[in-house]
Amino acid sequence: MVEVSGLTKYYGDLCAIQDVSFAVQRGEILGFLGPNGAGKTTTMRIITGFMPANQGTVKVENFDVQTQSREVRKRIGYLPENPPVYSHMTVSSYLEFVARIKGVPKKQVRGSLERVLQKCSLTEVASRLIGHLSKGYRQRVGLAQALIHDPPVLILDEPTIGLDPRQIIEIRSLIKELAGDRTVILSTHILPEVSQVCTKVVIINDGRVVVEKNLKELTQGVTLEEVFLRYISRENGEKELENQRPLS
Amino acid sequence: MKYIWVIAKKEVHSLFVSPIAYVVLTGFLLLGGWFFFNLLFRFNYLLTLYTSFQNLGGVQGLNLNEYVIAPLLQNLTIILLIMIPLITMRTFAEEKKSGTYELLLTSPLTVTQIVLGKFLGCLSFILVMILLTGIYPAILFLYGNPELGILASGYLGLFLLSVVFVSVGLFTSSLTENQIVAAVSCFVILLFLYILSWPAETTGAALGEILKYLSVVEHFSEMVKGLIDTKDLVYFLTLILLSLFLTHRCVEASRWQ
Repeated sequence: MVEVSGLTKYYGDLCAIQDVSFAVQRGEILGFLGPNGAGKTTTMRIITGFMPANQGTVKVENFDVQTQSREVRKRIGYLPENPPVYSHMTVSSYLEFVARIKGVPKKQVRGSLERVLQKCSLTEVASRLIGHLSKGYRQRVGLAQALIHDPPVLILDEPTIGLDPRQIIEIRSLIKELAGDRTVILSTHILPEVSQVCTKVVIINDGRVVVEKNLKELTQGVTLEEVFLRYISRENGEKELENQRPLS
Repeated sequence: MKYIWVIAKKEVHSLFVSPIAYVVLTGFLLLGGWFFFNLLFRFNYLLTLYTSFQNLGGVQGLNLNEYVIAPLLQNLTIILLIMIPLITMRTFAEEKKSGTYELLLTSPLTVTQIVLGKFLGCLSFILVMILLTGIYPAILFLYGNPELGILASGYLGLFLLSVVFVSVGLFTSSLTENQIVAAVSCFVILLFLYILSWPAETTGAALGEILKYLSVVEHFSEMVKGLIDTKDLVYFLTLILLSLFLTHRCVEASRWQ
């Protein structure tokens, strides 16, 4: 479970996000949408404890990210926009390293490694150097890294970027399968992905949450594209509405 | 503690899977070997010279510790001064650049564990470098009789100096995401610490003493002479702890940028 309330973050004078609040329950997959620069990555970085917010609180599995940061970090699997891999390491030595720093006991490292290699279909490249892998494989190594300690909360920043259509389908079904009793937050630009995978949608624009609803409620009779553009352009005022209209 | 160990192991591993470790080790031993050869040759030359002139006082004044080992260790510090910034420049800067910094800071590690892990990783590599230079004194022991105590004290000095260099290197690497900036600024700080005492003779007693105390060379040369004084140990320890503390603050502060 992740509860975000009243998050505000400034970079110097620039306000990146303002009063962002939403909540995701176990078993839900939250689609976190918004145009480029809306504050998706900032929000995710705050939830994962990478950076603190200026105001507001985040609760992950009832632990506060500010005061109980380590407990929160133990329970989160995070895939940043660029997979955080060391290109000079092999896939399995990298995943072993991540398992160890995420606190997987030494005896269970082998087992966790086998599990994620299989889940992310990495078994055949396990002994290759990450630097020699294609973008798609590297992305999957990034995902494997987020799963290695079997966390109850998954935060994925554009997980299907750079993958070919077959891999995208695989990753989507993997994410769906993973959800089970986990909490998943997934940011993306690809709207059909959200319709296929997510159960709940939060749209963020210009640092503010403009809508937080279940996917079914949101898309009654309309496509997600229409909903998205409607909310984004309403925020951006009349002038841009004119520009958006031909698109929708 | 086990987390520190995991990070340290990864640091050493990443040095040895890239060409860095091999280039640095080869270069270090090559230059060190050349210095040693040169010093030994000079020692031999002086010995033959004094003997041929039947200068008994001169012959008695010649000893391996003073004429070979001490200058060798002094020369090695210069190579270390140049090479250590190149070893430490990656530690934080590369992680920031490649995005793996996010992995480290969102894992359940504390900043202290990250800093100490990287510190110990670099340090164990430097220790290998220093131990490999043991071959030069070993040769001296094979054919001569240098004094072990003075040698050990000199090596302790060399080691402490390297620890200072490593901790300053970690600090400059934690300041930036550009490895060259990290290496150059580390080099500048170290060289400055090295030459700080140069004007000491001409600046007057009080300032001269301060400059001498702040400069690493003064403390190191005491140890090369075989004098282990708590004053010098405290000096080295203070610099190491200060640099590590600043690194810790810097990593912590990078979350707020």
